[in-house]
Amino acid sequence: MTNYQSESLMAVQANVKFRERLNKGFAIAGLGIIVVSVLILLLLVLGMFFQGIGRLTPQFFLNFPSRNPEEAGILSAWVGTILVMSVTAIISVPVGIASGIYLEEYARKNWLADVIEINVTNLAGVPSIVYGLLALGLFVYQFKLGQSILAAGLTLALLILPIVIVTTRESLRAIPSSLREAAYALGASKWQMIWDHILPYSLGSIMTGIIIGLSRAIGETAPVITIGALTFIAFLPDSPFQDFPKNVFAWLFAPFTVMPIQMFNWVSRPEPEFEVNAAAAGTVLTVMTLSMNGLAIYLRYHFRKGIKW
Amino acid sequence: MSETPISSSASQIYTFKQARVLRERIIAAVLFLAAFSSVATTIGIVYILLEESWQFFQQVPVLEFLTGTEWTPLFQDPQYGIWPLLSGTLTTSVVALALAVPLGTIVALYLSEFANPKFREVVKPALELLAAIPTVVYGYFALLFVTPALQVIFPNLPGFNMLSAGLVMGLMIIPSISSISEDAMRAVPLNLREGSYATGATRLQTALNVVFPAAFSGVISAYILGASRAVGETMIVAVAAGLQPNLTFNPFSEAATITAYIVQVSLGDLPHGSLEYQTIFVAGLSLLVMTLILNIIGYFLSRRFREIY
Repeated sequence: MTNYQSESLMAVQANVKFRERLNKGFAIAGLGIIVVSVLILLLLVLGMFFQGIGRLTPQFFLNFPSRNPEEAGILSAWVGTILVMSVTAIISVPVGIASGIYLEEYARKNWLADVIEINVTNLAGVPSIVYGLLALGLFVYQFKLGQSILAAGLTLALLILPIVIVTTRESLRAIPSSLREAAYALGASKWQMIWDHILPYSLGSIMTGIIIGLSRAIGETAPVITIGALTFIAFLPDSPFQDFPKNVFAWLFAPFTVMPIQMFNWVSRPEPEFEVNAAAAGTVLTVMTLSMNGLAIYLRYHFRKGIKW
Repeated sequence: MSETPISSSASQIYTFKQARVLRERIIAAVLFLAAFSSVATTIGIVYILLEESWQFFQQVPVLEFLTGTEWTPLFQDPQYGIWPLLSGTLTTSVVALALAVPLGTIVALYLSEFANPKFREVVKPALELLAAIPTVVYGYFALLFVTPALQVIFPNLPGFNMLSAGLVMGLMIIPSISSISEDAMRAVPLNLREGSYATGATRLQTALNVVFPAAFSGVISAYILGASRAVGETMIVAVAAGLQPNLTFNPFSEAATITAYIVQVSLGDLPHGSLEYQTIFVAGLSLLVMTLILNIIGYFLSRRFREIY
């Protein structure tokens, strides 16, 4: 009898030990996967960095692309990126924030609000190249904007609009309704309440969404290729002050290239000398997007910490 | 004299109120228009894709498009069968998901059930940073680092192949799968876990038998999102998988995906309105239909498995 009991006790103990071991094994596997995948990516990024570092001279930033890999630079690419991003920001920021305000503060529960709501969610899942096709058909040919900075900026603005809308809504939702009621109690109208109170309080977290959206737009290649960005540009668009004030908006209609397209062009060339240029351009691009995202994460953390309602 | 100021100030208040109501209405209308722009975007996408595809199907029978096994629209004797592009898209996506689904799930289970909260707070944003690297940079990794590394193991692997494109794509979508799954797992109420622990289950048993099934509808949404990102991903496959439409499901061979084909044609000078111009819209429409089907499947699966706690 006692023998039987101690045997079953041993069996239970063995079972517990076995399950504990499985448990520990899984924990190690989980941690291992995280560490290994971060390490692999770190290795890839560092590999790219060390391959490209030799080309990261001031000349690289000041030269136009060239057939000679030693002389080729990214001047037209980074200038193009800045110009396209300005258009994207000027369009997507006000429209995105306004949509977010409408959906969160104004929309009544009816079918139209539901349609807009479902639509924003679905747009976030549409592949970016489909936006490129929309832009090619609509902006380039129907609206006759041509293969221009304006068309590219509009395209990327539409692409990141769902991101801006969703983060705006989340930031507005985080503001307690007692603040809204306090503003109403003093006789503020709805818009006064939003503009003077709710928006200033939520601006910090709205910023994170804008930065994340813009950093996504900087890295996007496919939609910009689709509308016909050139891969080889050896000139800059006219400055708005040249021939002032007649040609202030001429740059909007200039042909352009952007950083990811310049890199794509170099990666897909057969000559291995251009690989180094691709690595250098990739390093610049990665530093740009990672630092923007880092800033966004920092801002999110900062604003969550600082405000206690 | 004594009466006029009162009545004028009363009428002033009245016009002030009127002006205020009017201004509020205008603002609400402007905000509504901004929110409606997302619906307009969707209408634009569907209109452009259907319009150009309609033109295409005037010249190419739908049956030939859906059943053809050769895709050579740019050749002398053009063939318009979508299958080679579909097989490339499906193969790269399956490779990516075969890597990202198990690893993403393990990472999510680890972060939600095993890791201590401080570690989680650091790791989650760090993993999300990985998703911020531009996809053209991932394409560069796949072509210039991962393919040569794989060629050491598989000496017959061609320079362009779907395996390395798919693997790098999988690495890219692990963070989004794990992040969304982890959110779903953490939403599982604590008393379910406590019940499980009370019966003597280990953390691993609780995670696999209680938390994972309870969070399954959310986890499914994460998988579907990963799948539609893989299907729509463009630059990695355009750089690393090759541009040769090939009816094969063998990941060790070169093939073009739908998105890579769109990029390839867009890089050339497209005569507007030509049949080759229309092919990219047909390809885009197929892509949109694929992501739509995925979303519908996801919707029904997550409804089917929704647990009510």
